[in-house]
Amino acid sequence: MSTKLSSPRPGNPQPGDTSNGTGTNVVSAKPVTWRTPVLLTVFGLIALVFFGLLAPHQTASFGISTGEDFFQLPALAVNAFAGGIVLSVLLLGLAAYALFLKTKDRPAPGWLTVTFIVLFVAAFLIWVVGGARTPSISLAGLIAGSVTLAVPLVFGSLSGVLCERVGVVNIAIEGQLLGGAFTAAIVASMTQNPFIGLLAAAVAGAVVSMVLAVFSIKYLVNQIIVGVVLNVLVSGVTGFLFSTVMQEDSDQFNSPPGLDIIEIPVLSSIPIIGPILFRQSLVGYLMYIAVLVVWVGLFKTRWGLRVRAVGEHPQAADTLGINVNATRFWNVTLGGAVAGIGGSFFTLVAIDSFTKEISGGRGFIALAALIFGRWNPIGAFFAALLFGFADNLQSIVTIIGTPVPSQFMAMLPYLVTVLAVAGLVGKSRGPAASGIPYVKG
Amino acid sequence: MSDKHPPKHAAEEGSSKAHRAAPAAEETAAVVSVDTAGGAMEPSAVPATAQSGQLPGGPDTLLRKIFTGSGMVSVLAVLLALIIGGLLIASTDKQVATTSTYIFARPTDFLAAVWNAVTRSYIALFQGSVFNPRGNSVAAQFAPFMETLTIATPLITAGLGVALAFRAGLFNIGAQGQIIVAGILAAWVGFALHLPLGLHLLLVLVAGVIGGAFWGGLVGLLKARTGAHEVILTIMFNYIALYFLRYLLNTPAFQRPGETNPISPILDPTAVYPQIFGTQYRLHLGFLLAIAATVLVWWLLNRSTVGFEFRAVGANPKAAQTAGINVSRSTILVMAIAGGLAGMSGVAQVAGTEKVLTDGVAATYGFDAITVALLGRSTPWGTFAAGLLFGAFRAGAVQMQIQTGTPIDIVLVVQSLIVLFIAAPPLVRAVFGLNPRRKKPARAAKFRQAATTGGAA
Repeated sequence: MSTKLSSPRPGNPQPGDTSNGTGTNVVSAKPVTWRTPVLLTVFGLIALVFFGLLAPHQTASFGISTGEDFFQLPALAVNAFAGGIVLSVLLLGLAAYALFLKTKDRPAPGWLTVTFIVLFVAAFLIWVVGGARTPSISLAGLIAGSVTLAVPLVFGSLSGVLCERVGVVNIAIEGQLLGGAFTAAIVASMTQNPFIGLLAAAVAGAVVSMVLAVFSIKYLVNQIIVGVVLNVLVSGVTGFLFSTVMQEDSDQFNSPPGLDIIEIPVLSSIPIIGPILFRQSLVGYLMYIAVLVVWVGLFKTRWGLRVRAVGEHPQAADTLGINVNATRFWNVTLGGAVAGIGGSFFTLVAIDSFTKEISGGRGFIALAALIFGRWNPIGAFFAALLFGFADNLQSIVTIIGTPVPSQFMAMLPYLVTVLAVAGLVGKSRGPAASGIPYVKG
Repeated sequence: MSDKHPPKHAAEEGSSKAHRAAPAAEETAAVVSVDTAGGAMEPSAVPATAQSGQLPGGPDTLLRKIFTGSGMVSVLAVLLALIIGGLLIASTDKQVATTSTYIFARPTDFLAAVWNAVTRSYIALFQGSVFNPRGNSVAAQFAPFMETLTIATPLITAGLGVALAFRAGLFNIGAQGQIIVAGILAAWVGFALHLPLGLHLLLVLVAGVIGGAFWGGLVGLLKARTGAHEVILTIMFNYIALYFLRYLLNTPAFQRPGETNPISPILDPTAVYPQIFGTQYRLHLGFLLAIAATVLVWWLLNRSTVGFEFRAVGANPKAAQTAGINVSRSTILVMAIAGGLAGMSGVAQVAGTEKVLTDGVAATYGFDAITVALLGRSTPWGTFAAGLLFGAFRAGAVQMQIQTGTPIDIVLVVQSLIVLFIAAPPLVRAVFGLNPRRKKPARAAKFRQAATTGGAA
């Protein structure tokens, strides 16, 4: 409301805050709520009780180096009880600071929430590992595995960013991933060339997206309906062709040559960072490039400004001579291509054949990552990493045997997303015109 | 001095015009809802576009396109979807592939092969879902139809839940999770408690409905309190429910004794729906309850104050708020009722069809319910009919796969295409050449106008 802008509160972030690229969290002139400080306190107390006071007196050890590193670091050993207490006290300190800021009518800054999440995850990790039968895991392996599992999520959420920033809700990420996975498998098998498969995956994702674009932009069908239905359609078509074509002759149609892991010499031997950044498949490297390109494109270029204008206020953009619907169409198509590349990860990198529903709902986690990352490519990237981490941790804790049932670990990303949309990380607000078709005149 | 007035007056007039324009939009929405509530039995052109309050195209034009296109378009949409599905079947048929190698020498062979492949599959689909002339007795001949009704039961009730939420402007993707939570509670009451006949089944039903209503109402509560988007919430709640179920099925309280698979004990005989037409069919009491639920939802939407409030909120939440309707309360209530309806599907599954709780209790009924509600244009009886149609597809597809080898997935393709086409009537009309002729010049004129105003309009 413009009337409120006339009397800005002293401590509120000014519009200038958007310069760092996180343009969505302008909470201009809204009163600071108790929600974030209170939630932080609650989580701090949970950490103190469970991860601190009730923690087992066992030493959790975290291996940092892998055998291939050129120098070995000693494993990090933490007493679970002491570690839990220290971290939860830190968490409560952060919560207290947020409460203090609230009494001054100032919102908790972004770094505070991020630090809180990181510390909370660390406390959780120490607690889980400390309570395990074999209280020892490889931190390097855990993180590297998380990045690998996050690859399709990152591509999916980038697709979501590209679509939603231009004002089209993309529920069809799941379908785009699945379409990409299928096409990559079948084309790479037929041509015996994974690179052509990768390209075909991008095209397939774009085609799925074009259907979304045509129906939502030209025929003004509700975007969520189209997205939901497209997921079913792609699942049906790929399932049908899998049963009729691929299973009939899997040698010819479903044995794609994989994309190999490319190690960059020397750099890949740096502990922890090496495997994450320099020991990836082509799709993994593309992921880093895509995140940076989309971020720079959206926030530092003329194209990005136009895209965001269309997503926030299409009428204004139109008045300035931007073709709203064409911009939307091509952006949505581009988003689909990005998700398609992410889909190729399933069949060209992770597993070397296609099976029904191979994307297994990861498109929806990507959607969650997009929201958790506040419609920002970098934010979405880290959110996807967090979800990949939860996914990877789930399989690791089953191996080392912890008291936490693996189903609860699997539930975590979704719970975290519910908390996120319900306001833990501040009000996450999407582009204003997202989901609303634009009709000229 | 005197000429100071006219400009001021003009400015005042301009601003008052702007003021008048804004309420006008709300007025039309109010008029729409009042109109549909009073007498005129036509389905209100409400929702689906949950946040449609600010649709630049005007909410009713778009929504009319989605939900109140003519019945003709629905029929044509089904036809078109079947044709495309048929082409997909033909494209992977072996006979078609062989004849296509000499298509130019003898095109009739090719066409005959296509026709054969498609009709064989669709006839099998029909025989598997409606009437099987090769049955030994009349009872056997109608067995497919009974199977259709059995499968349609959870589709109808969950579809009603989705449809009801649509009408209140909410996108309930969460039927899947609501079915699961309902299934958990209903199954537990069914196998853990041992109660007399009648009371036991009633408790199972009540537990299931409460479970679904709780899971749905929770979404409504979060949406009303925090403004979180219900689409995201319901998707997340689906997964949370699924993993919770998987966890429970590995605990002693839910896992069948002496079993390593995640499967619950069988429900007590006192806790399951009786089979309506005898033990030869799986059709159970749940189907009659689904009919009752349809009547109930019809009454709720068209005859009750609460239903009127739901539709008013769906048509324009701001106008509804202004008119004194408690939008938060409506949101929570409609999601709880929608969850309760989906909960009936969960009960139908555990107490009717399956008689046991597994992690596949919801199958894909929750997601199919969305397409059912969309095909039924969010009206109670439309949803009922759509549930029957999709139930028939599901039942028939099993037979089709056995008889002709056409994979079940073709049903997903046809279902989703139907919904896509129904949502875009202009496309269907264009395909069948039914678009009114005068539309073209009108559109050209619109473009010309846009060109002359330089996009500033």
